Amino acid sequence: MTETLVPFDEAIERYDPVMGLEIHIELNTATKMFCGCPTEFGAEPNTQTCPVCLALPGALPVVNAKAVESAIRMGLALNCEIAEWCRFARKNYFYPDMPKNFQTSQYDEPIAFDGFVEVEVDGETYRIEIERAHMEEDTGKSLHVGGSTGRIHGADYSLVDYNRAGIPLIEIVTRTIEVPADKAPAVARAYVSYVRDLIGGLGVSDVRMDQGSLRADVNLSLKPKGSDTLGTRSETKNVNSFRSVERAVRYEVSRHAGILDEGGKVVQETRHFHEDTGTTSSGREKSDADDYRYFPEPDLAPVSPSREWVEELRETLPEPPAVRRARLQADWGFSDLDMRDTIGAGALDLIVATVEAGTTPQAAKKWWLGEMARRANETGSDLDALGITPTQVAEIQALIDSGRINDKLARSVFDGVIAGEGTPEEVIVGRSLEVVSDDGALGAAVDRAIEGDPDAAQKIRDGNLGVAGALIGAVMKEMRGQADAGRVRELILEKLT
Amino acid sequence: MSEPLGISRADVAHLAGLARIDLSDAELDHLATELPSILEYVAAVQQAVGDDVEAMSHPVPVNNVFREDVVRPSLTQDEALAMAPASDQGRFGVPKILGEE
Amino acid sequence: MSTRLSANEMAQALAGRELSSAELTTSHLDRIAAVDGALHAFLHVDAEGALATAADIDARRAKGEKLHALAGVPIAVKDIVATIGLPTTCGSAILDGWIPPYDATITQRIKAAGLPILGKTNMDEFAMGSSTEHSAYGPTFNPWDTTRSPGGSGGGSAAAVAAFEAPLAIGTDTGGSIRQPGALTGTVGVKPTYGGVSRYGLVALASSLDQAGPVTRSVLDAALLHELIGGHDPCDSTSIDEAVPAVVAAARKADVKGLKVGIITELGGEGFQPGVRARFDEAVALLTGAGAEVVEVSLPSLEHALAAYYLVMPSEASSNLARFDAMRYGVRVPPAGADDPSAEQVMASSRDAGFGDEVKRRIILGTYALSSGYYDAYYGSAQKVRTLIASDFAAAFAKVDVLVSPTSPTTAFELGAKLDDPLSMYLQDVATIPANLVGIPGLSLPIGLADEDGLPVGLQFLAPQKADDRLYNAGAALERLLEEKWGGQLLAQAPELEAAR
Repeated sequence: MTETLVPFDEAIERYDPVMGLEIHIELNTATKMFCGCPTEFGAEPNTQTCPVCLALPGALPVVNAKAVESAIRMGLALNCEIAEWCRFARKNYFYPDMPKNFQTSQYDEPIAFDGFVEVEVDGETYRIEIERAHMEEDTGKSLHVGGSTGRIHGADYSLVDYNRAGIPLIEIVTRTIEVPADKAPAVARAYVSYVRDLIGGLGVSDVRMDQGSLRADVNLSLKPKGSDTLGTRSETKNVNSFRSVERAVRYEVSRHAGILDEGGKVVQETRHFHEDTGTTSSGREKSDADDYRYFPEPDLAPVSPSREWVEELRETLPEPPAVRRARLQADWGFSDLDMRDTIGAGALDLIVATVEAGTTPQAAKKWWLGEMARRANETGSDLDALGITPTQVAEIQALIDSGRINDKLARSVFDGVIAGEGTPEEVIVGRSLEVVSDDGALGAAVDRAIEGDPDAAQKIRDGNLGVAGALIGAVMKEMRGQADAGRVRELILEKLT
Repeated sequence: MSEPLGISRADVAHLAGLARIDLSDAELDHLATELPSILEYVAAVQQAVGDDVEAMSHPVPVNNVFREDVVRPSLTQDEALAMAPASDQGRFGVPKILGEE
Repeated sequence: MSTRLSANEMAQALAGRELSSAELTTSHLDRIAAVDGALHAFLHVDAEGALATAADIDARRAKGEKLHALAGVPIAVKDIVATIGLPTTCGSAILDGWIPPYDATITQRIKAAGLPILGKTNMDEFAMGSSTEHSAYGPTFNPWDTTRSPGGSGGGSAAAVAAFEAPLAIGTDTGGSIRQPGALTGTVGVKPTYGGVSRYGLVALASSLDQAGPVTRSVLDAALLHELIGGHDPCDSTSIDEAVPAVVAAARKADVKGLKVGIITELGGEGFQPGVRARFDEAVALLTGAGAEVVEVSLPSLEHALAAYYLVMPSEASSNLARFDAMRYGVRVPPAGADDPSAEQVMASSRDAGFGDEVKRRIILGTYALSSGYYDAYYGSAQKVRTLIASDFAAAFAKVDVLVSPTSPTTAFELGAKLDDPLSMYLQDVATIPANLVGIPGLSLPIGLADEDGLPVGLQFLAPQKADDRLYNAGAALERLLEEKWGGQLLAQAPELEAAR
């Protein structure tokens, strides 16, 4: 089926997007939500299962206290109310990777509700209302064998690993988000990025989109400009990076507009986002069969966090992001524009970590927003997925400060580290990148430069030091950039004054 | 007072779909004739209660029953798979899965 | 005839070295071999395992080890309880051959105390039924009259104990599955307070109603077993985190002087067999004679108990039984005629092939009651009825210490008599269901034989939550009064079963 896509900018002249974002966060507890099985990533299949998470007949769940604590802390960080009393519910539907054939979740009694966060895009602050954050459990993973494409359709059979089944999840659901149409993609991205930073700061999850510990679903519908009629929404899953969140919104706006322009009807369905093409494809149509028959989970006791406990947990929260940003901006001496760029690029925590590792804020900003941002852009990845850590950036800056390399060589060191050639030190050795500051070698080169440009030399002797740059340039050229420019200048001045 | 308790054969078929039971035609016929009288009997609960009555989900009230976040031994892979109708590569073998991932 | 002793007497004989557990266990295995062909109380007999436990207990006793009071006394376990290495089918074809890799908490406690497990007893499929005729492996027959049902769902456990195949058995009671078979077979059955005995490892029928309990031939034996299996279990979130009520002491006390006993107006009139009512009235008179203060109390909301039960139970069951999809365990039956069927199709065909009619009926009913648009009217209203019934009980227990009613409206019925009429089968549990809906404990004990058919009649005591000890005190007192009158146990009047050739 071919789809007519209306370019985003054109689409938003006629339609306003209405978004809803759902974020699933896998908690980093030691054990699963309802049993004592470990949660480590990457174990041999079906070695982290027990009667409870395999749903063997007779097995019963018991709630992980740490997961509840994490859920409450997340709720507080999202400015939510914390329920005085709430229950788990069963969401009944059949699926082979869900052992009980119901998901233990929360329905109309979420642990946290009525919160908000504020995100900034292009200097404007947008308030995103949080409807709820609730506790639930993850499913197992299927491997599809046979078939022509290896994808789920056409598979001959499937193999299921239940290690992931029962890992605690927190689902954060926004209320509908209506922002100026042209800002919608960036606001969606900023929200997910903000939540990632917020939850990461709590230490309750690895929040790695690339590993699936943070998963975003984008719900989107369009309404014609000036109309109050909500359109039919699509639910896009598999959105695995911040950039993809933005692209998924853009693509769905284009696709919905194409359908509506032709007088068609948007189908209410699940769609899958494809990182490679930036497009979405149809998943499962929502229908009457989606009757989940929720009812309160009789096998679990209600959760009733005391107000004392909630207040204790509130005390453990890190500084709120807005306060933290203001503090960091003051500490670092960044301009408003610097700060906006930093947050927009998702570089805040990277710069914090780089500064903690000993680099000046200016230098840290220079690398992350310049060199690193350029590379991230080229490869379409997020900054934190580039393959270089704040500690490594700090190490490289320290090498520059000590004179062992210069800015130009540093770029080559970044290349090497990202290419997996080892630590910055190893890359310098491996690529022979060290600057020359040995007076013998430099002295000879300086002598040759003086001989090669007697006019300049004479001007310096006459006290016109501004001309020294020409001689330094000549030395650097001869040394192929690997000279310590400061030492070269000193040598020139020693020889001529 | 109560809504009509018609439960058609199609309704039964829909419920069987939700419950993932491939009922035969004879079973559908039988249930479609039998369920209305049972439903008529149980529907009486609607007249018994008002809105002011709280629903009871747990007969003996207890709150906050938690487990410490401490790892306990899992089953071995062999134990987990021992009763599986099919298994391969340390995983449960199931027929091809339709629908979403 | 060591099999005729009570469990308490067996325990004493073992402790006094008058009898070894190996001898006692062998006698029971012999008895099973002789009569179970006529009864079909067992789905699986584990002679080897039982004898190994018996030998171990005898050896430990010989070394002077301190053992549990019931160590060495054999026990039968309902096939709904998970037992490592022993088939656990719940009477269902879908679990044919399933062997659990884990023990239920009560299995662990039985093993830790050293009771040889004789085998697994027959039951209505997934405990859905009141006659044991809904077992996929064929019905159990009542030892009093093998043309009749022993009741259900725990007909196997009750028949095994009544026929001296086992002195003790484990039952589970979601709406009367321990107490009604007790009444129909002349045995004692107790449903403890909800949460009093761990549900971990009991295959769930209805999570908010299920409770395991003892099936025995005397009130004291029931108390001994209750004490063994009861108590807090961190693996069951609904388990009560308190000490087990002093049930054994209460059973030994057996004194109703000054006890306030309430007869439930709504349970015992219309629909109750004359012989049941006659024996019930006599039993109440005995209590009065022993110094109990008997009054009549009305619990008007009980009118709706059965309807509420037949919404709550199937709703929870429809969800609890969803896991039986033949993907991870259970019998996989691909659809006939489908080439290369999907997982979805195989689930649906396996569930159709693996579940019996009653299970399917209840799953469909429960699916309906929970489905969107009907939830509030059905499931929601039923859960509200529970609250009404609970307040009626609270009001009644403000006036009396225990309540009494006949356990079952009828004595044992002919096999097949109610199979085609689900509602009349459901009415079997009209007196037992209220206790499950509100989580209170109930005890049924035999009170004589109905004049019209010579079959056992049961009386049920009910007490407030966590006051299970009251049941044992009152039950043991009435039992003593009755046995004085009869000159022995009621079961002594049961016909001798023809031993199999």
